[in-house]
Amino acid sequence: MAEVEETLKRIQGQKGVQGIIVANSEGIPIKSTLDNSSTVQYAGLIHQLVMKARSTIRDIDPQNDLTFMRVRSKKNEIMIAPGESICWELLLNEFHSPKMKRCYSS
Amino acid sequence: MLGGSQPGVSGSSVSSRCFSGSMEIVHVYSKLRSEFGRQCLFSDRPAELLLDLPPDPSLTLSFIQKSPRDQAVQACWETSEHQVNTERFETTSCGINHMEGGWPKDINPAEMEQTIRVRKKVEKDESFINSVLQLGSVMEHCIRQNNAVDIYQECFEDEEVVEEIQEPPSAKTVNIFRDPNEIKRTVTSLSWQPDGGRKLAVAYSCLEFQKSSKDISLDSYIWDIENPNRPEMMLKPTSPLVCLDYNPKDSHTLVGGSYNGQIAFWDTRKGNQPVEFSSLEHSHRDPVYKIIWLQSKTGTDAFSASTDGQVLWWDVRKLAEPTECLVLDPSREGNLDQALGATSLEFEPTMPTKFMVGTEQGLVISCNRKAKTPAEKIVCTYDSHHGPIYALQRNPFFPKNFLTVGDWTARIWSEDIKESSIMCTKYQMSYLTDACWSPVRPSVFFTVKMDGVLDVWDILFKQSDPTLSLKVCDNSLYSLSVQDNGRLVACGSQLGEATLLEICSGLSNLQKNEKSLLAAMFERESKREKILEARQREVRLKERSRSEQSREEEAGREEGEEDPKQLIVKAESDFYSLVEAEVKRREKKDEVMKVEEGQKDKE
Repeated sequence: MAEVEETLKRIQGQKGVQGIIVANSEGIPIKSTLDNSSTVQYAGLIHQLVMKARSTIRDIDPQNDLTFMRVRSKKNEIMIAPGESICWELLLNEFHSPKMKRCYSS
Repeated sequence: MLGGSQPGVSGSSVSSRCFSGSMEIVHVYSKLRSEFGRQCLFSDRPAELLLDLPPDPSLTLSFIQKSPRDQAVQACWETSEHQVNTERFETTSCGINHMEGGWPKDINPAEMEQTIRVRKKVEKDESFINSVLQLGSVMEHCIRQNNAVDIYQECFEDEEVVEEIQEPPSAKTVNIFRDPNEIKRTVTSLSWQPDGGRKLAVAYSCLEFQKSSKDISLDSYIWDIENPNRPEMMLKPTSPLVCLDYNPKDSHTLVGGSYNGQIAFWDTRKGNQPVEFSSLEHSHRDPVYKIIWLQSKTGTDAFSASTDGQVLWWDVRKLAEPTECLVLDPSREGNLDQALGATSLEFEPTMPTKFMVGTEQGLVISCNRKAKTPAEKIVCTYDSHHGPIYALQRNPFFPKNFLTVGDWTARIWSEDIKESSIMCTKYQMSYLTDACWSPVRPSVFFTVKMDGVLDVWDILFKQSDPTLSLKVCDNSLYSLSVQDNGRLVACGSQLGEATLLEICSGLSNLQKNEKSLLAAMFERESKREKILEARQREVRLKERSRSEQSREEEAGREEGEEDPKQLIVKAESDFYSLVEAEVKRREKKDEVMKVEEGQKDKE
């Protein structure tokens, strides 16, 4: 239990993380750092997306499976880690693009 | 029914009854009752006519004869089509968005308490904890990745997409035009038709001294590049043509120089025979090696060069006499006996007053047409090759630099530097016979050699070796010509084969910065040569001053200048004495070694 909390706290503390949602295979959000309405909305929508994505990958190659998904949008990025059978975590990541110095000369 | 039922007689009778429209023919068999059950006794009897119905012509009135009749017969099984409409079945696809996902049945999602209880239960589940931890590490990794580097950043946005097709340079043979005559002659010159160049004029002749037999055909041909089977047109001169040139202004006229020194002018619209040719007395006395059209207002001027040492100017409307003549005498005296034979000619339309002649002796003579006196016509000479100069061409993009080919090298010169070439290829394995610049890429030029190889040189890419080397045929290649678009190259061989090659796009498209890079290269090389030249001059000056001083000192002594014979004798004696000394030394060494070996054996 405590490890779970610790993990969540650690991830939450990373740069650019807006919120975390942990849900089970039926789409019920178990843990969340966001407010209830957003959690519920995200959980429902993302659950369907993951199901579709996973079935796509599996259809193409039955040996394959979905390991990670990034959904990048204009304003932010959603990172989804679907577990083997049960849980998946959902993180909302605000765009944080460290400007890489151009190290080549024009 | 009439029955013939007489007692004791079984019989049969036939009656016909006529109804209106239909006939009923009845045949009655009757049997006595007492004979029922009796066995049948069959017997043969001859045929009996039972009924004879004659045709009734009156019936024809109710029929119309139909002739001819169409009767369609099809030999396949009969099929029929039948449509069936099933009952309509409506389908829709819809998804269900459930706001609160799959709560177990007994839990009411609205109630906070129950949901919290379920949540807590799940949290305690072990597999839940494991999964969370595992996925947590995955997630962390990705976040860190995100934070370290913006993986979606567009790199190299500012740089243009450089289409660097790194394909190796290549060329492929498109067509081979073979001399249709039995005795094959050498292809001595090729000329592309201007403005598009669908046609290629090829001059055939046998250049080997006195090897041409009487049966050799005199014709030269114009080929259409699409049709290698037959030449499109034949040109029939009085003597085999050594060189040909299409008029750049008029794609129907050609001028050719022949083996006996005459010049001939053709108009392809007017047929195979030359429209006009120059008179024997006023032509060249040796084969005309090169003829080029000049830029003039009338567009009818050409000039030709030959190994008899003359360069003649002609007006093709009046070929009886040359309009002008220049004797290639380097001492500028106009003396024909001292003249150098010319083997190639160069003319650049952008510089109409200057031209250059390449000679048999390996000298390039640069001339000015507009000079007042013949002596001034020859401006300067460049001592270039050890053998005759077979090709001479200015770079179309940098007219100050020109390419010469002769002996086993190709050299690039700058006009200003007369002592030596600014660039020179390695000595090749076989003699170079022709060369030309690419009209589209300033740094590319083509050369052909006597071992049948066509080399494509790109001096910006590699200077020590050709960029592309193709073996075109087994015998020697004698001539070369590039079409104006830079992609098609025609080369002619000793056995009368003209091969048409297509160069890959990398070598026929202008690259970025090519001109400026090449200009820089030429600059650099010219500068180097200039510096070397200056240094040479200095050294020479010093030598001269020193020798002058020493001569003054030796005023009393005998003249240091020995005439050549004495020098030779002295050289010989030096040589022999050196050789003898060396031989003696070697003998001594052998003796010493033998002695040593002998001692060793003894031990």
